Parts: sequence; structure tokens; C-alpha cells
Amino acid sequence: MAAHIQPSGLADEGIAGETATPPVRRRPRIGSGFEIIVLAIFAIVMLFPVLWMLETALKDTGDIYAVPAKVISGWTPTLEHVKDVFSSNSPVFSGFKNSVIVAAASTIIATLLGVPSAWAYSRFAIPAKKDQLFFILSTRFMPPVVVVIPVFLMFRDLNLLDTLQGLTLVYAAFNLPFTIWMMKGFIDEVPAEYEEAAMLDGYSRFEAFWRVTMPLLIPGIAATAVFALIFSWNEFVFSIFLITDPGTRTAPSAIAGLIGGTTTDWGLVAASAMIFAIPVLAFAFLVRKHLVAGVTLGAVRR
Amino acid sequence: MADTLQTPRTAPPHVDELEAPPAAKRFSFLTDRWLAALFITPALALLVFLSIWPLIRLIWLSFTDYSVTRDVPASFIGLDNYIDVLTSPIVHKRALTTLIFVVGAILLQTLIGFAIAFLISRRVKGRGALTTLFLIPMMLSPVVVGLFWKFMLDVQFGVVNSFLDSLGLGRVEWLTQQRLALFSLIVVDTWQWTPFIMLIALAGLTAVPKYLYEAAEIDRASEWFKFRRITFPLVWPLLLIAIMFRAIEAFRLFDLVYILTGGGPGGTTETLSYNVYKVAFFGFDTGRASAYGILMVIVVIIAAQFYLRYLNRLQER
Repeated sequence: MAAHIQPSGLADEGIAGETATPPVRRRPRIGSGFEIIVLAIFAIVMLFPVLWMLETALKDTGDIYAVPAKVISGWTPTLEHVKDVFSSNSPVFSGFKNSVIVAAASTIIATLLGVPSAWAYSRFAIPAKKDQLFFILSTRFMPPVVVVIPVFLMFRDLNLLDTLQGLTLVYAAFNLPFTIWMMKGFIDEVPAEYEEAAMLDGYSRFEAFWRVTMPLLIPGIAATAVFALIFSWNEFVFSIFLITDPGTRTAPSAIAGLIGGTTTDWGLVAASAMIFAIPVLAFAFLVRKHLVAGVTLGAVRR
Repeated sequence: MADTLQTPRTAPPHVDELEAPPAAKRFSFLTDRWLAALFITPALALLVFLSIWPLIRLIWLSFTDYSVTRDVPASFIGLDNYIDVLTSPIVHKRALTTLIFVVGAILLQTLIGFAIAFLISRRVKGRGALTTLFLIPMMLSPVVVGLFWKFMLDVQFGVVNSFLDSLGLGRVEWLTQQRLALFSLIVVDTWQWTPFIMLIALAGLTAVPKYLYEAAEIDRASEWFKFRRITFPLVWPLLLIAIMFRAIEAFRLFDLVYILTGGGPGGTTETLSYNVYKVAFFGFDTGRASAYGILMVIVVIIAAQFYLRYLNRLQER
């Protein structure tokens, strides 16, 4: 689907400015104000939970449980809960460290394996290429709860349960289909003729890939890696089943563990959740141009 | 004529750092065939190791009475597990719950998501900023979303009940009342994933060529006509992709249930995924859970096939 977007007003300019822009006859738009109001309501509904959690994270414990809820005024911000998250004895803090390790390592593995194979799928005539690619993507659609049963048994035999290495491997496999699809899209945009020209100049195929195509792919690789990072960081199902040891569990299961007991310190939960979410939002903002491709696992491109 | 018949210099001209392609190709031993194999095999190996091999093992387990907790070797029992799962009234109930959830959530998400996208696409200013704001829920982890809402929907101090209270409507047990819990689950899922539909619908909407509207305007077409004959038909294929994608994801829903309701009250919010989890990790009936899982995988594979076929057709156009 090709995009036919032209900068607004370009068509109205006339040739070399010899005609003045004709007066635009505006129909009175009654609907416009209504539309803005509807959009604003949607925006408030979508954003309120996030703002509420942020507020809860910054409230005093007494204010959190106030009835009726103190929405706008009547509370003073405090960083008490945020400090609790980072204190050395908090169960969440080590979770954050583990999450960083697992997300980074799995992203690196997925990128190292995914980018070359995406290039190979893009450039070479491989038997049943389409089927292979669709097969790769379809592994991503397996229900995680189902896949985790045999993976659990396998990891028990290999002594990988409760280890970060095991979880890293699972996440790498989980991100690989995405990396391949997303990168194949980026590589398809680089003309193969560049490599052919380089090969005429005496480079081998591998060198052509490494020296000519690779530098052009860096922005695409960065965007893909950021998405892989977000997916690993947010992943929950594998992390609760494959890691039960508080020392090695990742942030999502550590945060979910906060609500298990008889009483729940919602201030701490809110603060942990916000601290967990902020890096994701920052990273997502960086790759906002590629969001459509990213969230559809590289399947939809424009 | 310049004097071309100069006597040749004795030494070749000195050039520092000759920028020429390498004389002998390095890595030329890597022929295309080898390179393709070398690049693709490791990726496929990882996928086989962690996706295919587990699946094969799952199929094998599904024909046995294996249990994680017992130290007895599994014995082959044929199709018993499958018959068990397919005839169990509980599974039928869970399948119905899942179906209601999928249909309800997808319907709501599509309607709201498309509406928002349509409204945003008609705005000229602030389109980018608005889109970014709307996308926030989608990027959050299901854990975070589940916890947000569990807190907001709390009976005693949840902010939603607090609002209802101050409006004089009384408190509602969002997550612990039989009929309401599934509805709450749908609402939360809708909150998180409406942006997904919105994003893709918006991508479709902005790609509709402007000249079509201009042509329609010349023919004095009504807004409704333009929407029905231009906007919708052009956006629909992309929207359908988004819907199918979401439907597959909603079918496997686990994390929100785990955090928000734990399947309760009375199992009314237990989706198939959650039920598999209970059979496998509470009932320790691994063989039965495997058969159950395989049946789910079959459903997902069929749905994914439809999705990928359709995607393929779109890409070839």
C-alpha cells in the first residue's frame, strides 16, 4: 500500500506563484468542536490510569487509601516509595538488575542471529523461502503458557531453571522471529545493486554485505533492537514459570510478587510499576517512527 | 599539439595510500550457498531448540499419563487425554469464556480504536503528539497494566468506586462479582490494546490518497458516502490484519487474568490459557495439560494460517 501523502498546501501553490491561492470556501464545520471534545474524552480515559499510578507512587501512604480519593489536591508529593524501590533490601531492586541483564543479553543474541539470516533471506534464492519465513513468524504465535510446559521440563533436565541464562535463551528465541521479519523489511529497502557493484570492484559477497550493506542498516538494527529490548523487558509468562528463586527473578515477576500477601503496599507497587514503565516509554518514543512495523512483529510495513 | 612524446619517467608516480579494492578477495571461499547456510542455520537452530523441539515433546507427552511430581516413567495411554479434555464440561465452559472475551474485547477495541484513529486523522494540528499520547497503554507490560487496574478497581479504596460513590451510585465489586469480572477483564484489555488498532487504522487512514476525496468532492459526495466508499474500503484490509492479530493474542490471554482475578470469582474469568496453567502447575497433570495445550496450539495455528495467508496476499498486491 503506497502512501500518497503530499505536504499540505503544495497542490494549491499554483505554477511559480503566478496565481494567488484561491479563497478557500469553508463550509461551517459544526462537527469539528464535537470531534475535539470526543477526542479529549478518549484521551483523558486513556491517560488517567497512568497519571493515577504516577500520583499514587508519589503519595504518602495515608493519602493513597483516603476515601474519597484525593485526585487533584489535598496531598503532598513524597519520594518515600521511590526510595523504597531502590533500597538494597527491596525485592524489586534485584529484579530490575536481572531484567536489565536478561533483556540486554537476549537482545544481543537475537540481533546477532537475526540480522545475518534476515539478510540471507532477503538476498538469496532459498527453497521455500516464503514458507520458511511464515513458519518463523508463526512460532511467535504459540500460546506462552503451553510452550512453557515442555520448556520447563527441558530446563529442569538441563539445570537451567532459575537461571538467567535459561531465560535469556528463551527470550532470544522469542525475539528472533520478530528480528528476522523486521530486519528483512529494512534490508529489502537497500538495493541489492549496491552489493553487486561492490562485488564488481573485487569484494567478496561477505565483504559486500559487511562493508556496504551493514553500515546502511545501522538505524534499522537500532530500531529493531529497541523493540526486542522492550519485548524482553515486558515479558511476564516465561519469567514467572521458569524462575521462582527471588534472587534471580526478573522485575515483572518481582513486582507481581508484591501483591501476593495479605496486605499490599500499593505505594510500593505503584512506584515499582512506574519505574519499570518509564524506560519502556522512553525507548518507545525513540522508535515511534517504526511503531507500526514493530508492534505487528514486522509483518505490516508501509 | 602538446608534446605527447615525452620520455617515460623511470619510476612510477608515487601515490600514498592507494584506495583500490582488495586485489585478492578475502572471504571468497564463502560462496553464496555456504553464506546462506551459515547465516540462516544458527537462527533456525535456536528456534528449533526452543520452539519446535518443545512442541514435539509436548505432542509426545500428550499421549502419556506423565506427571511432573511423580517419579514414575510415563506410560502411553493413547488418545485418552484428548478425549478427556474434549468431553470435559469445564473445558467447554472455559472455551465459552474465552470466546466471549475474544469477541467482546476485539469488538470494543475495533470500534473505539477506529473511531479515535478517524478523529485523529481529521485533525491537522497536533496529530503526532496525540498519537504518541494514545499509544502509551500499548507499550506497558501486562504486569503493570494489570496492577494499575487492580488498584483502580479495588472495592474499598479504588478510584473508580470512589468516583461512583461521590456520584451517589454506590460501590461495585468490579473484580469479584460473578458477571462483572469478565466485563472488567474486557475493559482492561480494551484499555491496553485499543491503541494497537488505532495505530494501524491510522496508518491506513493517512495512506488514503487525497485525490480520491477531491474527486468525490467535485461530485458533491456526502461525508457518509466518502466514508463508506473511499475511507472504509481502503482501510479495511489493514484493519483486518490488526483485528486478526489481536484475536490471536486475545485467545492466548494469560497475564491479565493471572494478575487481575486469578480466574475467579468461581472460575468465571478463567480463559483457556489460565485453565491449562492450572491443570499443569496445580493439578500436576502434565499429560492432560499437554493434550489441552496441543488443542490450543492447533486453534492458534489455524488462525495464524488465515492471518499469514491474508498478509501474504496483501503484500503481493
